[in-house]
Amino acid sequence: MAVKKTYEEINEKIRRGEAVVVTAEEIIDIVEDEGVAKATEKVDVITTGTFGPMCSTGAFINFGHSDPPIKMTKVWLNDVPAYAGLAAVDAYIGATELSETQGMAYGGAHVIEDLIAGKNIRLESEAYGTDCYPRKDIVTYINKDVLNEAYLFNPRNAYQNYAVAVNASARIMYTYMGTLLPRLGNATYCSASQLSPLINDPFYRTIGIGTRIFVGGAQGYVAWQGTQFNPVQTRGGNGVPVAPAGTLALIGNLKGMDTEFIRAASFHNYGTTMFVGVGVPIPVLDEDVVLKASVKDEDIYATIIDYSVPQRSKPNFGRVSYAELRSGKIEINGKKIRTAPISSYNKARKIAATLKEWIKEGKFFVQRPVENFPLDHTFKPLEIVTEEEI
Amino acid sequence: MAKKKIVLHFPEESIEKPVTYHLVKDFDLMPNILRARIDENEGTLVMDLEGPAEQIKKGIAFLQDQNIGVQEAIKDIIVDQDQCVDCGSCIGVCRPGALTIGPADWRLGFDHEKCVFCELCINTCPVKAIKVQF
Repeated sequence: MAVKKTYEEINEKIRRGEAVVVTAEEIIDIVEDEGVAKATEKVDVITTGTFGPMCSTGAFINFGHSDPPIKMTKVWLNDVPAYAGLAAVDAYIGATELSETQGMAYGGAHVIEDLIAGKNIRLESEAYGTDCYPRKDIVTYINKDVLNEAYLFNPRNAYQNYAVAVNASARIMYTYMGTLLPRLGNATYCSASQLSPLINDPFYRTIGIGTRIFVGGAQGYVAWQGTQFNPVQTRGGNGVPVAPAGTLALIGNLKGMDTEFIRAASFHNYGTTMFVGVGVPIPVLDEDVVLKASVKDEDIYATIIDYSVPQRSKPNFGRVSYAELRSGKIEINGKKIRTAPISSYNKARKIAATLKEWIKEGKFFVQRPVENFPLDHTFKPLEIVTEEEI
Repeated sequence: MAKKKIVLHFPEESIEKPVTYHLVKDFDLMPNILRARIDENEGTLVMDLEGPAEQIKKGIAFLQDQNIGVQEAIKDIIVDQDQCVDCGSCIGVCRPGALTIGPADWRLGFDHEKCVFCELCINTCPVKAIKVQF
């Protein structure tokens, strides 16, 4: 009879220090050597990891109240504007917001990294003043220890697959997919592929609202489906999407994070963004979980997109596997093209290995989703229309 | 004997000049071409120039007279391993293949010998881990 395990049974094993935990790379070999049935019996948790630039990243901060108090309407952190249109001393600092003095060299992502690193940040704020909040301006310094709450809330992270970017035009392009050389001079890709969380659970069986995760070196949770969630994307026979599909909204305590696993980035002529380390444990509930998580790079495909076409719908040059992408060269129209990753596979490995250790040491437990994601949700474009046309 | 690493930048009108020949014949120098990239519009040449210090000086003055840009205080490309996150973005712009990442350990490797100082990697690095040192 096929093995089935419950979340409770797996957590009990973790508690007793008996859980068998392997990474999403290690499960590939185990399944190849011993088959899915034996692997399901033997392994209790499979850990995944990814470390790519995720622009939809930011943090909520509560500064505490000054004396006399202020209802902050405009807030700057190291000259980077933060959104303060909520309550008196709450703000949201977004990763892609740029410094008003340094431009693309420093942005919200750098503020977040500096906070995590324990550095002092200059806080400046303006207000119109009210009877209950009489102060109209403030300049002071903060760091993570003096803040009340500081938590990352990322509307869209951990993309389930992404595009391969090329540039067929005659000019060099600077994009969020890196520097794209003219005339198909290179191709960049951005996924942890066989280690990536949502590629190992393609139909979101174990990853849903409430799933406990590794984020930026701390424990966090999946808060919601990510923005631009697109489960109806074209999929291969193994269920893995061949283009961007599912996404995760994540939450995690910024005060517990480590800059080893979350880093600010600045893409030339594009702006700032943030490398976010995310690891999700996949509990081995049955053979289907193992079968899906044992997917390997040669069976994961991405679509090659021409980023030089300045339209929403861009032409493509077909599909290519991650095994080919990771070989360093792919072929387009008979031409060999150098490939480069944008997401760090080395860090993805470290994250999957760290999460594995946490679980083995009984410090991290698997959490059944409170609710699963819809599988029929569609990703809509923004049309430019008049009020009568909508 | 002295040795100096220099980078020559040829504008369009100087591409066809046989400068290496003159460095050998007229200045008694030993040029060792490390990298060359020349097309119809411009050219870059990285070379070691070996010979008496005085001759090297004269040879460089000759090159400058030929309207060739000479970077003397040779730069070095430094990869700060503490800053680097091993994303690999830089390898996509490294035409000579000096920057590498791959299945061995997915860590960034840098081979100084292959670098032609194009500096495309400097701006491409999202964490500013690659720097030019003069």
